[in-house]
Amino acid sequence: MRLRSLILTLYLVFLTLPIYWLMNMSFKNNSEITNQGLTLYPREFTLKNYINIFTDPAWYMGYVDSLIYVALNTLISISVALPAAYAFSRYRFLGDKHLFFWFLTNRMAPPAVFALPFFNLYSAVGLFDTHWAVALAHTIFNVPLAIWILEGFMSGVPREIDETAFIDGYSFPRFFVKIFVPLIASGIGVAAFFCFMFSWVELLLARTLTNNMPISSIMTRTASSAGMDWGQLAAAGVLTLVPGALVIWFVRNYIAKGFALGRV
Amino acid sequence: MARIELNRLAHSYKAHPSKPSDFALKEMTHTWEHGGAYALLGPSGCGKTTLLNIISGLVTPSQGAVLFDGRDVTRLPTEKRNIAQVFQFPVIYDTMTVAQNLAFPLKNRGVDRATIDRRIAEVSRMLGLEREMNRPARGLTADMKQKISLGRGLVRADVGAILFDEPLTVIDPHMKWLLRAQLKRVHEESDVTMIYVTHDQTEALTFADKVVVMYDGEVVQLGTPQELFERPEHTFVGYFIGSPGMNVLPARIEGDRAHVGAAAIPLGAGYAPLGAAVKSEIGIRPEFLRLAAGTDGFSVALKRVEDIGRHKILRCELDGRPLAAIAPEAAEIPADGIRLSADPAHVHVYADGHRVPAAGRA
Amino acid sequence: MDKPLYHRAWFLVLPAFLLVVFNAVVPMMTVVNYSVQDTFGNNQFFWNGIGWYQELLDPSTELGGRFYDSLGRNLLFSAIILAIEVPLGVLVALSMPRAGWRVAACLVLMALPLLVPWNVVGTIWQIFAREDIGLFGYFVNHILGITYNYTSGVFSAWFTIVVMDVWHWTSLIALLSYAGLKSIPDAYYQAAAIDGASRWAVFTTIQLPKLRRVLLIGVLLRFMDSFMIYTEPFVVTGGGPGNSTTILSIDLVKIALGQFDLGKAAAMSIVYNLIILAVCWVFYTVMTQVDAQRPKEG
Repeated sequence: MRLRSLILTLYLVFLTLPIYWLMNMSFKNNSEITNQGLTLYPREFTLKNYINIFTDPAWYMGYVDSLIYVALNTLISISVALPAAYAFSRYRFLGDKHLFFWFLTNRMAPPAVFALPFFNLYSAVGLFDTHWAVALAHTIFNVPLAIWILEGFMSGVPREIDETAFIDGYSFPRFFVKIFVPLIASGIGVAAFFCFMFSWVELLLARTLTNNMPISSIMTRTASSAGMDWGQLAAAGVLTLVPGALVIWFVRNYIAKGFALGRV
Repeated sequence: MARIELNRLAHSYKAHPSKPSDFALKEMTHTWEHGGAYALLGPSGCGKTTLLNIISGLVTPSQGAVLFDGRDVTRLPTEKRNIAQVFQFPVIYDTMTVAQNLAFPLKNRGVDRATIDRRIAEVSRMLGLEREMNRPARGLTADMKQKISLGRGLVRADVGAILFDEPLTVIDPHMKWLLRAQLKRVHEESDVTMIYVTHDQTEALTFADKVVVMYDGEVVQLGTPQELFERPEHTFVGYFIGSPGMNVLPARIEGDRAHVGAAAIPLGAGYAPLGAAVKSEIGIRPEFLRLAAGTDGFSVALKRVEDIGRHKILRCELDGRPLAAIAPEAAEIPADGIRLSADPAHVHVYADGHRVPAAGRA
Repeated sequence: MDKPLYHRAWFLVLPAFLLVVFNAVVPMMTVVNYSVQDTFGNNQFFWNGIGWYQELLDPSTELGGRFYDSLGRNLLFSAIILAIEVPLGVLVALSMPRAGWRVAACLVLMALPLLVPWNVVGTIWQIFAREDIGLFGYFVNHILGITYNYTSGVFSAWFTIVVMDVWHWTSLIALLSYAGLKSIPDAYYQAAAIDGASRWAVFTTIQLPKLRRVLLIGVLLRFMDSFMIYTEPFVVTGGGPGNSTTILSIDLVKIALGQFDLGKAAAMSIVYNLIILAVCWVFYTVMTQVDAQRPKEG
């Protein structure tokens, strides 16, 4: 019993220490970081780094842009995945198994392989450097993922419910929106969570398809050009953790359920 | 090998129980004899599973003691008590064969190979599992899996009691009676106390020598199936056991007569006055009510007749209360106004639900 | 429970299908097209057939040697992180509290690294492991007295990217395993206690078999992702020192965007993707078989 909590505590410390360190640095000014040796907490506590970010549009627009394409992507992914997952969970049709597998393989496609062709493709269709480019590009791994998760939840809903609704005279779209979607609401929540997560954390495609739109990308650039403005870098890093932390907090009760399906 | 004593045992899931309804299990003292087959019978939520968990050691009672052969085991963990348990859903070790499953408890206790082989051979014969011994346990049917669970208890030489927690829940109906019969035989061949929790009276009555009927956290009667039938100690027992259950009617008791509305029903003995505060009732099993000839017995209103093949059930009304009686298949049922008479020896008097002993021979 | 045959269900899949085709097939054709051509710049291409593939798969050429080296490094990296993350994740899952607010707290804390943007993961460790301003680097260098610098030492660089990956992804295995453990009914533990099973026997006979499926998924995901990983090690080591942490994806981006050798990069992309597809297919097959073996458990 004691051993168990020891292991858990050590692991949680291991997880939180690097994050603590980032936060610690974000509240320091650069002279304290580089000149005063290692300080375990900010001696001269400053919000300067955060104020910089919130007053400079070049910084904070990065967050806004990121959130826009992440939200767009989540919306697109869920709306095309819902009918597709319904088809996979309810019917057999020509090539269904192969199609499902092929969808999944796209979850496994390395972004590095696609970076350049994506650049060509989205330049050709005139979407380069728009939110839509990133939102659409990220569907390549989020649509298969959403289909996979939703299919699992839908298969848990007995087919009798569909049949009863059709007998009662519901049209398919009305049944789907009024009856079916509320039944799998938690599944949609879990799928949206994972779409949000993977779109938010991805950088390679987002950076290739825009002129430094995503916040994480702005961060790298500023950090290297400004001669290592560590405090600023740390503050920007901390702010990228906030949306993730908020989302986790809201879905914390569903996390275990989503994982329980064994589908990530 | 195990005589189980419950000494002033009570349990509450609340930290500070103050009133009787806080107790999931009300104070009880019982002794269950070694080698007996006991059934714990009662509706859902009557505390029978709590009692089973206390005996198995999964729950520590809030007061009182559990003794196995005089040894206080109240605070011992499950594995230190010499018991085994068969659960509602079959628990088997998926990755092992049937034989490995049976050997598992012995292996864990460091028993030598030869003894293990001998024991599992015996048990597999007893349970009729010889042909499945080398099959993976995973693919077997639910009844086979339950046999394996039982077998894991039987192989151990040190097991004094095997507890069954509604073990037939997931078994197909046509397999149930087979398994039950086999269980009964295994009990006769082995020398183990068996405690069987169920809410099904047929299961309890066919399996057990002694049935412990529980109601609302109390043991309301502990007796043989015949005693439960002929002398229910509590109106609940009468109602719960038997089909249809015992007729319970509010009655005014005067000596050796019970008055239900206008009807006066003779009792087998005289009773002392019950007092005005108690709820006084009489109980008569439908089996002990007969169609009466002439002016014998009392008049009832016949509502309908159910013919169930072996006999007929007469659904009647007495003083506005339902009353069931059993008549032979061949009996002629008069179309209007029938009279019933009760066997006085089998009319019981209840005060607040509990049976009142007769004051003396009338 | 056989599903009805209904070919018109295709219409429901169509939007998803078109979107994925647009994103996967069109770029893939571009890649294939590049991979069979050579260029002298200025967008002048000429047919090169399977030349690039021959060069790529021949270890004696410059390109081939480079490819096998980075493939080897990638396999080594995947093997190391799997060997650490899977047992550690299971161990952590076994140590999780069973109920109460502490479960929610643990879950939230554990999920946190999963939602950190990948380059920020790199940044966090870039800072944390620096010997001058990073807690970890400072501790190792100045308190333990071991020379540790991930920009110059090969071992330090490897150590850093491995620990970083463990930090980032062990929680995934832990959360999966936790969900798997939660689905085991209490009766199994009670039965094992009655059968006198030791803690170890409980683990090997009850918990591990029940975790088989989720662990398979976990290993698959971690293998795939570690095989595709790019951003995190790129931020920390940039593939260095030298080429010591140049894994496949970093090498690919170097060739494609650094040297603009489109043909070579495209051929490498195809082979790279095929390896992943092959592994993915093997896992998928094994997984469906495991699923079929144990249909529904009560």
